[in-house]
Amino acid sequence: MSETPVIQTRGLTRYYGRKAVVQDLNLEVPRGSVFAFLGRNGSGKTTTIRMLMGLLAPTRGGGSLLGCDIRALTPAVRARIGYLTEEHQLYGWMKVKEIGEFQSAFYPRWRAKIFNGVIGHFGLRPEARVKELSRGQRAGLALALTLAPDPELLILDDPALGLDPVARRSLVESMIYLTRRSDRTIFFSSHDLGDVERVADQIAVLDYSVLRVSCSLETFRGSVQEVLLRFAGVPPTLPPVPGLLQAFRTKHELRVTCVHYTPETEQALRKLEPLSLELSPLGLEDAFISYLGERGEKSFILADTEVAS
Amino acid sequence: MNLNIIISTGSSTPIYKQITEQVKLAIATGRLTVSDQLPSVRALAESLVLNPNTVARAYGELAREGLIESRPGRGVFIIQKRRVFARAEGRRRLEPLLDALLGEAMAMDFTPEELRSVWEEKISQWKPKKGAE
Repeated sequence: MSETPVIQTRGLTRYYGRKAVVQDLNLEVPRGSVFAFLGRNGSGKTTTIRMLMGLLAPTRGGGSLLGCDIRALTPAVRARIGYLTEEHQLYGWMKVKEIGEFQSAFYPRWRAKIFNGVIGHFGLRPEARVKELSRGQRAGLALALTLAPDPELLILDDPALGLDPVARRSLVESMIYLTRRSDRTIFFSSHDLGDVERVADQIAVLDYSVLRVSCSLETFRGSVQEVLLRFAGVPPTLPPVPGLLQAFRTKHELRVTCVHYTPETEQALRKLEPLSLELSPLGLEDAFISYLGERGEKSFILADTEVAS
Repeated sequence: MNLNIIISTGSSTPIYKQITEQVKLAIATGRLTVSDQLPSVRALAESLVLNPNTVARAYGELAREGLIESRPGRGVFIIQKRRVFARAEGRRRLEPLLDALLGEAMAMDFTPEELRSVWEEKISQWKPKKGAE
């Protein structure tokens, strides 16, 4: 358990001009995990991944992949890592099978069986020209090229981007196939929380360049709670509640989303003397949206009476 | 064996719990009985397209509750007979389902009489399973 994490960063920071794109990132990805790296567009996920792969120099801080400093990744270490970029850069003039043969020359551990398995899974003909492939098929081919070297660590930058549901399912199936070997680690960024829920066991959430959460998926879900308070009249103004993410009021109800719901949170809410107080768990997507959405109290309906109270 | 688990993502019920609840329901309704075999963790994970740890967690929970047992080298088996909850506990479990049913029915403007007749019809179709105590 105390083994060195497969990915580790310490204070990893990158500025573009005066703007911090990634700020003081401390990340630890344990071996064997399926780790989802989440955050809104522009939150710094791709920049982080590019720094991890040594493609972009950190402004300060650093990290390691498979125990090797990210500023000095050796070819031997790189050969143990599979990296899939957002844009699948492929030679358009080659045939599917040719690109496989070409790529295999660079990897001592190339497994043709995996390559053929994945392209088959995505319904690709070995004789097809790369430039004639659809977006989903290109993704399948890029994934096949990434998986065939049998990498210990797989880093996927938004692999589901632009895929139709069928291709996305094939992608997730391929990821699950990879977990057959318990020492394989997958680190992937995604916006599809349904897929994340299926495949990930750990998540990290970046928000405006800062790491806000890094824990198991279940811990994250469990820590965000929705509370429904019912009142006879107009709900009273909300006092400061520890861990408040959002509050939403309707005529007789106050719907409050909190992180780390504790007895203190409940006490603060009970002081409002609601007719009833009901706790309900949130789905991953709702939890994520409350967590990263705008904080504070919102209302669509009673904006006018709000001013009066 | 008749195990037909349906997983929905985006639900407020975690996936491992969707599995445990559906296995429990299958036992409660007699679709699964003692010594029926469940798929291995890996097989179920791949067929449902889930992280195997999620399935392992569900099986772990079912094993802790004494419903299933993993026999090394042979597989995972149902070991618990259909169990009848104490009436009070059963009532407690039914309560939220009844609330949900009533809420839906009210939202769709069912009258109490209509609802009663729907309910009667449903009950009349229901055959108690063999083995029920």
